[in-house]
Formats: sequence, C-alpha cells, structure tokens
Amino acid sequence: MENAVLRTERLNAYYGESRVVKSVSISVPENKVTAIMGPSGCGKSTFIRCLNRMHELVSGAKIEGKVLLRDKDIYQMESTLVRRKVGMVFQRPNPFPTMSIYENVLAGYKLNGIRLKRSEADAIVENSLRKAAMWDEVKDYLHRRGTFLSGGQQQRLCIARSLAVKPEVVLLDEPTSALDPKATSKIEDLMEELKESVTIILVTHNVGQASRVSDYTAFLYLGELIEFGPTERVFTVPKSKKTEEYLIGKFG
Amino acid sequence: MSDKKTALRLAKNKVFKFIVVLFSLGSIIPLLFILLYIFKKGIGVINWKFLVGLPKPPGVTGGGIANAIVGTLMLILVASLFAIPLGVSGGVFLSEYRKSKLAYFTRLSVEILQGIPSIVIGIIAYLWVVKPMGKFSAFSGGIALGMIMLPMVVRSSEEVLKLVPRTLKEASLALGIPYHRTILRVAVPSALPGIVSGVLLGIARIAGETAPLLFTAFGNQFMNWNLFKPVNSLPLLIFNYAMSPYDEWQRAAWGASVILVIIVLLGNIISRMIVNKWKTRF
Amino acid sequence: MNKERTFRAILILVGMILSLLLLAIFLSLLWGSFPSIKALGWKFFYSEEWNPITNKFGALPFLIGTLVTSFLALAISFPFSLAVSIYLGEYMRAGKISTLLKVTIDLISAVPSVIYGFWGLIILVPLVRNIEMKLNIPPYGVGIFTATLILSVMVIPYSATIVREVIELVPDDLKEAAYSLGATKYEVIKDVVLPYAKSGIFAGLLLSLGRALGETMAVTMVIGNNNKLPKSLFAPANTMASLIANEFTEAVGNVYLSSLIEMGLLLFIVTAIINIIGKYIINRTTVQMRE
Ligand SMILES: Nc1ncnc2c1ncn2[C@@H]1O[C@H](COP(=O)(O)OP(=O)(O)OP(=O)(O)O)[C@@H](O)[C@H]1O
Ligand SMILES: [Mg+2]
Repeated sequence: MENAVLRTERLNAYYGESRVVKSVSISVPENKVTAIMGPSGCGKSTFIRCLNRMHELVSGAKIEGKVLLRDKDIYQMESTLVRRKVGMVFQRPNPFPTMSIYENVLAGYKLNGIRLKRSEADAIVENSLRKAAMWDEVKDYLHRRGTFLSGGQQQRLCIARSLAVKPEVVLLDEPTSALDPKATSKIEDLMEELKESVTIILVTHNVGQASRVSDYTAFLYLGELIEFGPTERVFTVPKSKKTEEYLIGKFG
Repeated sequence: MSDKKTALRLAKNKVFKFIVVLFSLGSIIPLLFILLYIFKKGIGVINWKFLVGLPKPPGVTGGGIANAIVGTLMLILVASLFAIPLGVSGGVFLSEYRKSKLAYFTRLSVEILQGIPSIVIGIIAYLWVVKPMGKFSAFSGGIALGMIMLPMVVRSSEEVLKLVPRTLKEASLALGIPYHRTILRVAVPSALPGIVSGVLLGIARIAGETAPLLFTAFGNQFMNWNLFKPVNSLPLLIFNYAMSPYDEWQRAAWGASVILVIIVLLGNIISRMIVNKWKTRF
Repeated sequence: MNKERTFRAILILVGMILSLLLLAIFLSLLWGSFPSIKALGWKFFYSEEWNPITNKFGALPFLIGTLVTSFLALAISFPFSLAVSIYLGEYMRAGKISTLLKVTIDLISAVPSVIYGFWGLIILVPLVRNIEMKLNIPPYGVGIFTATLILSVMVIPYSATIVREVIELVPDDLKEAAYSLGATKYEVIKDVVLPYAKSGIFAGLLLSLGRALGETMAVTMVIGNNNKLPKSLFAPANTMASLIANEFTEAVGNVYLSSLIEMGLLLFIVTAIINIIGKYIINRTTVQMRE
C-alpha cells in the first residue's frame, strides 16, 4: 500500500458508556479517496470525527487508542492545529451566514486572528474557489452573502473554506446527501481533482458514489471495521458476507 | 324540531361572535383612545425650545425639558453598560450550558427577576448603591434600570443564540478556530439581530420606568451632567408635573408624555423591523 | 487552550452571578426588614394603624388596598382580555388585520405606566367624581375604584397576549374533529378550546395578577394616597407599592424605612411565587400541547 498519511490504532469511541467505534485500525493512503461505508448508525460519523478531534466536543464522549497524522499522535497535539490539518465538510452545507463568500473562504484565517495582506488574501480566495471548481460561478459576487447560493454551490463553498487553510486531509461526511443529482455529480468530479493535492476521506451511503470516486473502501458494521481494501477489489470480491449483503442492498 | 334546534345553535354562534367582537373592541378602543388623547394634548407643546430649554418655575411660560432628556439618556447609558455585557454573556452561558444544573438555576433566577415589581428593584438599588454612596445619583438610577433590563437581555439573547445551528459552530471548530472565538465571532454575530432587538426592547421598557427612580435618580430641576448627582428623567418629570397644580407644568407633562411615548414606540417598532429584515438566514 | 478555559470560566461565573442575584436581592430585603420584623412582628400584618409620628406601622390597609385593586382589576379585565384572545386566537388567526391588532396590542402594552396614570388623573378622576356625585357619596374622584379601572385597562393587553398564546397551542386536529361532527365555532370554543386551554388561561391570570400587584405609578397617581383602612370601594386608599413610592424618600427612622422595605419583601415573595407557579403551568401545558 502507498504512503499512509493518517493511521488509527485500535481506536475506540464512546458516548458515555456506549462504545460505538470498536477497535478500528486503518491506514489511510495519501492522495487517494477513501470511502467509509456502512449501514445507518454504524459509527461512520463518529469514526471520522475522531480523526480531527471533533468527537471530544460532545459531552460525555471519550476515545481510546491512537490516531496518527504522519506518525504524530493527534491527541498529543493542539486540537485547533489538528483541525486545521484535518479539515471537515458536513452533511448540510453550512456557510457562515453573516459573512460574504470572500470572508467565508478566509474564515479559517480571519477568525483565528491571522492577518493577511490584501494580495495574499485575494490569492487564497481565488485559489481555493478554483480548487472547489466554483471560481467562475462566483467571482463577480464575492462580496455577497454565502447563504444566497444554491445548495450545491454552498457545499462547494464549504469545501473551498476548508481547503483555504491548506489541510493535509479533508473529511467529508455525506457531503452530497442533501443535494440534487446534478450538484452531486459536480462534487464527485471535484473530488477526483482534489485528490492530487489532498487526501480525502468520504463517508457515503451511496454505493454508486463510492464505486465512482473512491480508490479505497472501508466497510464498518456495528462500529467494527469489517473490510478495507482497494475499492475495485472490495466491490468485486468482498471478503466478508456482511459487505456483500450491504453492497447488493440487503440493508442500509 | 331539529330544525329549530339547529337554528338556535346557529343563533348562539352568532351571538357569541358578536359578544367577542364587542368586548375586543371594548378593550382596544379605550387603549387607542388613551394614546390619541396624549398626542392631542401634547403634540402642540413640542417645539425646539421645549426640547432644548430648561424647566421654568410655575407661572413662567416657555420652560423646556432638556434636563429630563439628558437625564433619561444618562440613565439608559448606565443601564446599558451594566445590563448588555452581563446579559449577553448570561445568554451565551445559558445557550452553551443548556442542560447543566447551574443553567437551570440561572434560568429560574432570571425568570423570577423579570417578574419582580420595579419598585422593589428600586429598593434594592437604594440599599446597594444609594445607601453606601450616601446620596441619590444618576448612577444608582442607572443600576436600578439596568437590573430591570438585565433579565430581558439575558432571555432574548439565550433564545436567539439557541437558534444558531450546532453545525455552524462545528464548522468553525473544524476549521481549527478556538472555542471562544467560535462563540464570539460566529455564534454571537449570527444571533446579533435578535440580540440587538432584545436590547432595544429593554431600552424602550426602562425609558418609561418611574417607580425605581423615585429614590435612586431622585429627580432634579436643573441640568446635570454629573453621574454622581441626582438627575431628572422624562417619566419622573411627567410624574412630578402631572401631580402639580400648575397648568404650565401639566402642559409640559403632556409634551414630555408624547416624547416618551414616541421613544418607547420607536424602540418597539425598530426592534420588530430588525427581527423581520435582518434576521440571519441559516 | 488556556484562553478557552478562561472563557468558559467567565461564562460559568456569569451564570453563578445571575443565579445568586435573586438570592442576594432576597437576603438584602430580609436584612433591611429586620428592624421592622423585630419591632412589629406579626402585628405588621394585622394592625391597621399607620402613623410614623407615633411609630405605629400596620400594613393592613395597604395589604387590603393591594388585594382589592388587583383582584378587582383582574375580574374586570378578564372578559375583555379573554375576548381579545379568542378573537385573535380563533376568529382572526392570521392575516393583515390580525398582525396589525397584535402589534397594536404589543405597542399599547409598552406605554409606560406613568402615562396611564397621568391620563387617569385627567380623564378618569373627573369622570368618577361625577359618578360619585350622582351616587351621593363623597366625590373624591381618586380612590380604589379609579385605581382599579386604570389597572384593568393596563392589564388587558398583558393577559390577552399570554392567553392568546395558550389558545393558539390547542391542537388543530382536535378542533377539526369537533367541526367535522358539525359543531359550530361557538361550540368548538366552548367545548374544545377553552377546556383544553383551561390551565394555561389560569396561569395567564396568575401572571397578570403578579403584574397588577406590583404596579406602582398609575395606581399612585389616582388612588388618593390615604393610609387609613378604606371603608368603601370609592374611598381613597393606598397599595403597598404606592405607599413605598410615596413615603420611601421621607422615611426617617429605622423602623419606618424598614417597614417599607418589609412591604417590598412581601411584594417580592408574592410575585416570585406567582411567577414560579404561573410559568411552571405555562411550560407544562406548552410541552403537553406540543406533543
Ligand atoms: N451525541 C450522541 N450521543 C449519544 N449517542 C450518539 C450520539 N451521536 C451518535 N450516537 C450513537 O452512536 C452510534 C453511531 O452514530 P453515528 O452518527 O456515528 O452513525 P453513522 O454511521 O454516521 O450513521 P448515519 O449513516 O445515520 O449518519 C449510533 O447508534 C448513534 O445513536
Ligand atoms: Mg453520520
């Protein structure tokens, strides 16, 4: 397998007493799209929220085991730094409603009190929006509120916003489940391009989406990692019966 | 037979509606009448000299109410400086620690505080500020009004902050923005229109408060800019002039009433407009 | 990280300050009432003589003045506020007129009480004086009756708003079920809406009572400020709040001031209890109806 940028070692995650991620060990390869699949409630969101220390924000939440970003334990690092290196995009597009498109892209800098020169800021905005494949659509409206955009545009704005701080990994939690098919395919195309510069972990319910965009697929079931490997292999010759049942739509 | 019964039922229905409408009109019309009457009596009194002039002794015409306007502004300023920071952070506390034990007691305390008669708040401001300082002052009046405004600000801030979606805060945290900045620069700005409108309502409310000022700000015939001296206010002036036997003063009280009503109504209307126009769309 | 901890500490501190504020107010009032409690004991509540010169401080006249004006005002205003809330909650639920009326009511209830008092002084007092002359009783004009009238007018918008909110919570399917059985609007209101909203309406009345008990300025201006036990509905009197307003600044002497503070304490306790019960009922019915 290629270079692993992110690794978990026997990762357990809890809400209070209930353990919803169970001893997951996985190595996420660099500059690839890794899909996380599994039936509803199996712990996909919880799992990826452990990867950028969002899980600990829930009161009563707890983790055991290790998460290593380039061999450094993220739970030994400053949490805000971790989150800048491992970005996140959510199920529902959530641009900051009080900010313009321009300010939204720069939010990671502005809200952290990092001052940028005008030219630097402009460059980051243009670059990030280009990466998110929406520069041409919005370059004339940069100073309008982000909430006026369509759902798909909002989601791409959120992707641009997380790319702007130059993360190494981006976590996408069902980023297209609130979008129409056209907006969905745009975002799928986008992921193909993005993986050149950043590692992508994609949680998805959509078997087709996983087969279209991902290089690797992990299958979670009741909090356990049942199967992990190159997408083609997982889809054609799944090792586990559970995976097979899921893929042919028996549940989830 | 049953036709008769139905007719009776329908008649009852009509009579009931008639009564409801009658009583509704009977409650709203007198209230509107009061408002109109005040305007009728007071609007003619208001002119530039009335606004910028100082009170004259009884019998002398052409007195103004500038001292009361300045005093009211001073009191509102002190009250706001006290109630807004404390109130908004209280709202943040309640929305962030929604389910904690402490939040339960804080909420209870604030709710009860809101229902306490303002005259009792006046006694408290007297005991806490006037007595230790040994004198009536604009400052003590401002604190009294601030305590009345405080629960309003806390509750309106809490309500609008609760409407800020959790995912928005998560988006900010996921960008590596620390918690305090997330609250101060994402959550609070998103809730700002609601917070401002709550503050405006609070100001409109305290602008008309009289009872707690009787033994704190106390009233003053003269212009006073000193925070630590007694000061006049519009409602105090209305009270004192209304109860006086002099025609001139009563006329001035009508004029001051119109100005006070305008301030209060404007505060309420602007507060509504802010909510309708600038409400954050998530 | 450190900043985050400081920030959270400040929030929690504010929460503690706010929750202790009420306790501090209570303790201050209690402390301030001590001289009076010590000197007068229970006599404070049943003695009817109030004479600062001879150091007699009986609160009975003011207790009675407060209770009579408040309850009477509530009784008078109730049919009106109920009618308004039924009209807005059932007959005119949405639309321009409904919004206009609601806004008007909100605005009217924001008018400061000193202005209602002034209006009462100029309009109501002469009116009542005329009535009194016709009835052949001493034509003071000011007195319990006048204070009650102005209080009722002031309470209407407040209680109408609370009651309307409760009425609007009555589930639509319940009403529709009744309509589909052929019930008239009147029958639906009488047999479905009002019974369902009963406890909420009661809570609305309770909260309005809390309002009326503590209302100061308007009452002070038209009640006549008489410290004797009122002999009739038209007699000049005083309420606890209006007495405090009138005499607090001139109260020299420990027990005098303290007995006024004790009245404040009494108002505090009563309104606090009323608010706790009223809000509890409203919260409970709101939760129930939402389900
Ligand atoms: N805040 C929480 N507190 C307690 N339990 C939670 C919390 N969030 C999720 N859970 C539980 O943890 C388990 C895993 O939830 P998670 O959201 O990670 O699943 P998921 O695979 O992302 O599901 P979905 O496909 O529906 O998004 C579920 O059983 C859920 O009920
Ligand atoms: Mg999920």
